[in-house]
Amino acid sequence: MATTAQGFDAHHDDHAHADHHGADHKPGFFARWFMSTNHKDIGTLYLIFAIFAGIIGGGISGIMRAELAEPGIQILGTWVQLLGGDGASMDANYHMWNVFITAHGLIMVFFMVMPAIIGGFGNWFVPLMIGAPDMAFPRMNNISYWLTVAGFCSLLFSLFVPGGTGNGAGVGWTVYAPLSTSGSTGPAVDFAIFSLHLAGAGSILGATNFITTIFNMRAPGMTLHKMPLFVWSVLVTAFLLLLALPVLAAAITMLLTDRNFGTTFYDPSGGGDPVLYQHLFWFFGHPEVYIMILPGFGIISQIVATFSRKPVFGYLGMAYAMVAIGFVGFIVWAHHMFTVGLDVNTKMYFTAATMVIAVPTGVKIFSWIATMWGGSIEFKSPMVWALGFIFLFTMGGVTGVYLANGGVDDYVHDTYFVVAHFHYVLSMGAVTALFAGFYYWFPKMSGKMHSELLAHLHFWVFFIGVNLVFFPQHFLGLDGMPRRIPDYPAAFEMWNSVSTTGYYITMVSVAIWLLNVAYAYLAGRKAPGNYWGEGATTLEWTLSSPPPFHQYETLPVIDDSHDYHDHRPEKA
Amino acid sequence: MAPTPGRGMPVDGGTNVQEQFSEIGHVAVGLHSGLVWIMGLICLFVLALLAWVIIRYNRRANPTPSRTTHNTLIEVVWTVVPVLILVGIALPSLNLLAKQYESPPADAVTIKATGYQWYWGYSYPDNGGFEVVSNMLDKQGAAASGQPYLLAVDNRMVVPANTPLRLQTTAADVIHSFAVPSLWFKLDAVPGRLNEKLLIIKEPGVYYGQCSELCGVRHGFMPITIEALPREQWEAWVLEQGGTVGEPAAPIEPSGEATAEAVA
Repeated sequence: MATTAQGFDAHHDDHAHADHHGADHKPGFFARWFMSTNHKDIGTLYLIFAIFAGIIGGGISGIMRAELAEPGIQILGTWVQLLGGDGASMDANYHMWNVFITAHGLIMVFFMVMPAIIGGFGNWFVPLMIGAPDMAFPRMNNISYWLTVAGFCSLLFSLFVPGGTGNGAGVGWTVYAPLSTSGSTGPAVDFAIFSLHLAGAGSILGATNFITTIFNMRAPGMTLHKMPLFVWSVLVTAFLLLLALPVLAAAITMLLTDRNFGTTFYDPSGGGDPVLYQHLFWFFGHPEVYIMILPGFGIISQIVATFSRKPVFGYLGMAYAMVAIGFVGFIVWAHHMFTVGLDVNTKMYFTAATMVIAVPTGVKIFSWIATMWGGSIEFKSPMVWALGFIFLFTMGGVTGVYLANGGVDDYVHDTYFVVAHFHYVLSMGAVTALFAGFYYWFPKMSGKMHSELLAHLHFWVFFIGVNLVFFPQHFLGLDGMPRRIPDYPAAFEMWNSVSTTGYYITMVSVAIWLLNVAYAYLAGRKAPGNYWGEGATTLEWTLSSPPPFHQYETLPVIDDSHDYHDHRPEKA
Repeated sequence: MAPTPGRGMPVDGGTNVQEQFSEIGHVAVGLHSGLVWIMGLICLFVLALLAWVIIRYNRRANPTPSRTTHNTLIEVVWTVVPVLILVGIALPSLNLLAKQYESPPADAVTIKATGYQWYWGYSYPDNGGFEVVSNMLDKQGAAASGQPYLLAVDNRMVVPANTPLRLQTTAADVIHSFAVPSLWFKLDAVPGRLNEKLLIIKEPGVYYGQCSELCGVRHGFMPITIEALPREQWEAWVLEQGGTVGEPAAPIEPSGEATAEAVA
């Protein structure tokens, strides 16, 4: 059979049509991309969507960084005017700012990181890695995707309808009541909230799909303790989604009824409580940050093992560290609320519980290093990105331990220190993991090799850029600069201008990446089935690049002699 | 009182926490410095390990990888040592928290800060209940008074120095947050709630802060200025505002009959 270079697929050459690509029975364009039921196509759709949303969300950060480059209000008015408002009104300018911070946060969390890392890589590689022909519920998979797109449309639509002082929702991604209820008139906030309903419903369906797939569709012989760590990470993430998102849905549904139907869940004048909203939101919101980073942990584990040519060190410890992080992630939420007026015992509990998360996280960092220890490391682009991830995530992690201290948090809460912290773990942690995964798997998905030179260049420019953007924000926070302000006292100018410079450098790196993608499609070599060599031992490397439209028509069998670090049905 | 440049306000290009002027700030800043050291050392340790594996275990230096995947001792060590470090952090941290929650003494001066969209109101219930409305000064006003723009206000929250303050926060519309970095103080102002915290300012001076919870359009434009004066000067200021000083009136004791009625 021509389509696969090695592995079990070579055995069933009894099919008369198996010697040409027409065996795929691909549907026509519309049916294939708009009525997709193939996990690889849906994964591709998610990745394209996430790139599109990421460019919008990242563009908004550019507007914000340009505005913050120096004190005063310089460019917001232009955007007010573009969106049909009165650019000369300062209040309209300030509202525009709040709309930007809200849109940036919501887009990056719900429409960039989540669709890319779970919808994109999860859909593509969970079935491939466990030896399944597809996801358990292919049609539900499709509706998960289109609900996410609908949610994004609802959010974009909110930018063009009144939200109080101007168009758009200016309530922050956390949508705190009562600013989001009695504090914002007009339909914009309703559309923004509804976009979370849609995206959340899509994610709940997706989570159900992943859990069912992983529990029921593993290849014969692949026990839970033989699954690749990326599959473990998606399994834990899916449980977090399934348990956390309904709480968000309830919280924001009560926002909608408070706004439109006269209920007072969050209104003290009717017996409600604004702080209740924060408890509900962060009960979702804290697991949400692990939802964004856990699949990244999985990706990094695959990459580190592959390029060290060494099995993952402490596999069970790595898997159960993720389970522990997921569990503890549900019982630390109020560290986002240290200044609301918690009582002393509550604050002490949440301080201590939050610090506990550092232990399983430390196990992961050290196990990655131990995997490399004694290895034979090849610095291909995914590995360089993974090394960057380990260092940047460590930096974001230690500031997390700092912030966990409720008494210290009184100073830095809602300052740029917090902004720096969560961008180190997300826009550098999660995004670095995304790029690592992208370079690891892009040739597998597209069948074309990217340029390693451009991929390395992309890494270094990105690494310098994001550190310049976010490291100085630690200083701004310590010097006392609050988050979410469009203008600042002159003392904060220097580090803000450095931060803005870093943004432009980061954008150059994104251009290099897009150039690399274009290069791969226009001039890239054809990718063989396993282009990373003997270190790549999971099942997707037994298939051609790209894999056949339907894979594993005969299921691979993982016999007892194989363990978690070598899934190939037969040794080459 | 004119502010002293660099005290009670952010400093140009600053890289550390502002100088502290409250009792709790002096305790907290010690923990902060310790944490910064621990963070720095952990990052350097991980960086050193990464550098070592990159140099020692690259393909050229080590063409044949080992197959080691387990080592119980090292796994126990990298679990237990972080636990010990965290316990070392938690003890002073919980101690700091306990101090922050010490109740103000009975003779503390009560000041109630109310957040409005987009200004602060400061009322003095122990001193006749007058309220000071505090709006941000515009650029010219700030320059004229020699104060930093976006931090300066027209009417400050004036308090006695070296006196326990019972600082209460609440809000009239949406959530705001009363924050003054140089006093290590931040407490949300939540509609329908009255939050309260002890604050002791050690030195007379002017201390600036900004609203620290997104509260709508002019969130960035409702700063906080606290002016701490020696007790006598503060009392003179209170009288000037039409307030009263001296012993607060004794609370009215419920009579025995009334209590009995209420129980019945």
